[in-house]
Amino acid sequence: MTPRAGGRRPWLKPAVFAGALAPLGLLLVRAARSDLGANPIAEVLNELGLTTLVLLIGSLACTPLREILGWTWAIGLRRMLGLFAFFYAALHFGTYIGLDQGLHFGAIFVDVTKRKFILAGFAAFMMLAPLAATSTAASVKRLGFPRWKLLHRLAYTAAILGVVHFFLRVKKDVSEPAVYAAVLALLLLARVYVYARDRRPS
Amino acid sequence: MRGGCNLPAPAAIEGMSVTNAPKPPPSSEITPESAYADRRRFLKSSLLFATTAAGVGGGLVWLTGGARGRGNGPRATATANASGGGLGEPRPSRYSTDEPMTSDIEATTYNNFYEFGTSKEEPARLAGSLKPRPWTVSIEGEVQRPQTIDIDELLRSFPLEERVYRMRCVEGWSMVIPWDGFPLGDLLRRVEPTSQARFVAFTSLLDPAQMPGQRDGVLDWPYVEGLRLDEAMHPLAILAAGLYGRPLPNQNGAPLRLVVPWKYGFKGVKSIVKIALTRDEPRTTWNIAAPDEYGFYANVNPAVDHPRWSQATERRIGQVRRRPTLPFNGYAGEVAGLYRGMDLRRHF
Repeated sequence: MTPRAGGRRPWLKPAVFAGALAPLGLLLVRAARSDLGANPIAEVLNELGLTTLVLLIGSLACTPLREILGWTWAIGLRRMLGLFAFFYAALHFGTYIGLDQGLHFGAIFVDVTKRKFILAGFAAFMMLAPLAATSTAASVKRLGFPRWKLLHRLAYTAAILGVVHFFLRVKKDVSEPAVYAAVLALLLLARVYVYARDRRPS
Repeated sequence: MRGGCNLPAPAAIEGMSVTNAPKPPPSSEITPESAYADRRRFLKSSLLFATTAAGVGGGLVWLTGGARGRGNGPRATATANASGGGLGEPRPSRYSTDEPMTSDIEATTYNNFYEFGTSKEEPARLAGSLKPRPWTVSIEGEVQRPQTIDIDELLRSFPLEERVYRMRCVEGWSMVIPWDGFPLGDLLRRVEPTSQARFVAFTSLLDPAQMPGQRDGVLDWPYVEGLRLDEAMHPLAILAAGLYGRPLPNQNGAPLRLVVPWKYGFKGVKSIVKIALTRDEPRTTWNIAAPDEYGFYANVNPAVDHPRWSQATERRIGQVRRRPTLPFNGYAGEVAGLYRGMDLRRHF
């Protein structure tokens, strides 16, 4: 989707790539130093989940940044941020399945079907999977741009479900999930604004 | 200035011994200006790469709070709060479990104490502002002998026992903690409940200056918990003043807290300033906050799930595999009789 590989900012994509690996690197360092606190599995789950949410919201911010602020370079980061969100979501889900639940698929099945909290996260992950699978230029061509675009609107639904998942997880203090909800709402409003602006006859 | 290397003209060196005279470099070795500019651009790009990568990485880590490691520093401060000497020699108790204990450091750095913040790490970091001395506990309500007792006098009146109890948090994790305390029933008998007394209400300190978390309205302050009188008189229910043989660290509820091992951890109200005997069931903090999620009884029960998560299993802190949660946290033999004939799904 980018006009040219690299373009005027050849450092941008490699830098964001390296930066997006930082949370994982830090988790590995902390794990090696036994510095994940008294409940390391919960800590890893929280970190991976939050990183997913930040990256997903970051990928959704790219289009409004271009449309409203004219930052065309942002669009070149959208796919990578989305793929990283999927990457962290997969690690988060894998940690839940393998470490937290110890591969007890019976308990996992009950969790996914019975608990809105788990279901919301699971559904968000299931929505990110087809987006990751159709992230290539070839997929855009195969699906045709309008259909591809429609499919990739799922990213918004996945982000909303991710925030719901976060809300349902906390015991009482909803201030942090509320911040994510507010940023997401702002991004949705930006979309509405752009839509209204572009529809107006000039 | 292409190839700006100032060589003397060939004429100037004529007639001299020229065998070692440097030759002008072949033009192929002269750095072309474009490459020179490329080098600058490369350096600039490298700098931008490094700054952006650090910004993105740092931003992600900051936003997700990933930088909070326990590190090596906080360990010292976590236990330093336990001022004063040991607790003498608390007597062993037949109610203690022989299961392996949770490590001291984990039991004192992984706490739910919302008066000092809603994360598990904040209490150990912030509870230094709590002053557990001087401290008094007032005992009032439906008693023949209401009184306000100084904490040290109280602890002198009741010999401390070591009780190694399982502690099951409503969030699905558990610990094994050696408390030092005395049976709550001993204190209640001393103040002589009236015939009207049916419940006991415990109130934590209310002082936002000492407890910064109380400036947030996340819960209704002060924290209040309660027991039915027969539950309170049960020999397993204790008031604890220490753990691991030393006075309670602030983050664990100094100077005096409730420990009811067959109930979820949030029943264990910390930093108690008031014990009131009442005719009616007291309104308790978590029950007010979310009545459909946290009942008054809050007995550990693997068959009654929290509306948002399962209570069938728990993770013992320090271990990886989940283990089945036991009815009444493994104390069914002692306490199940208190609830005979009650529907524990309704009275969760």
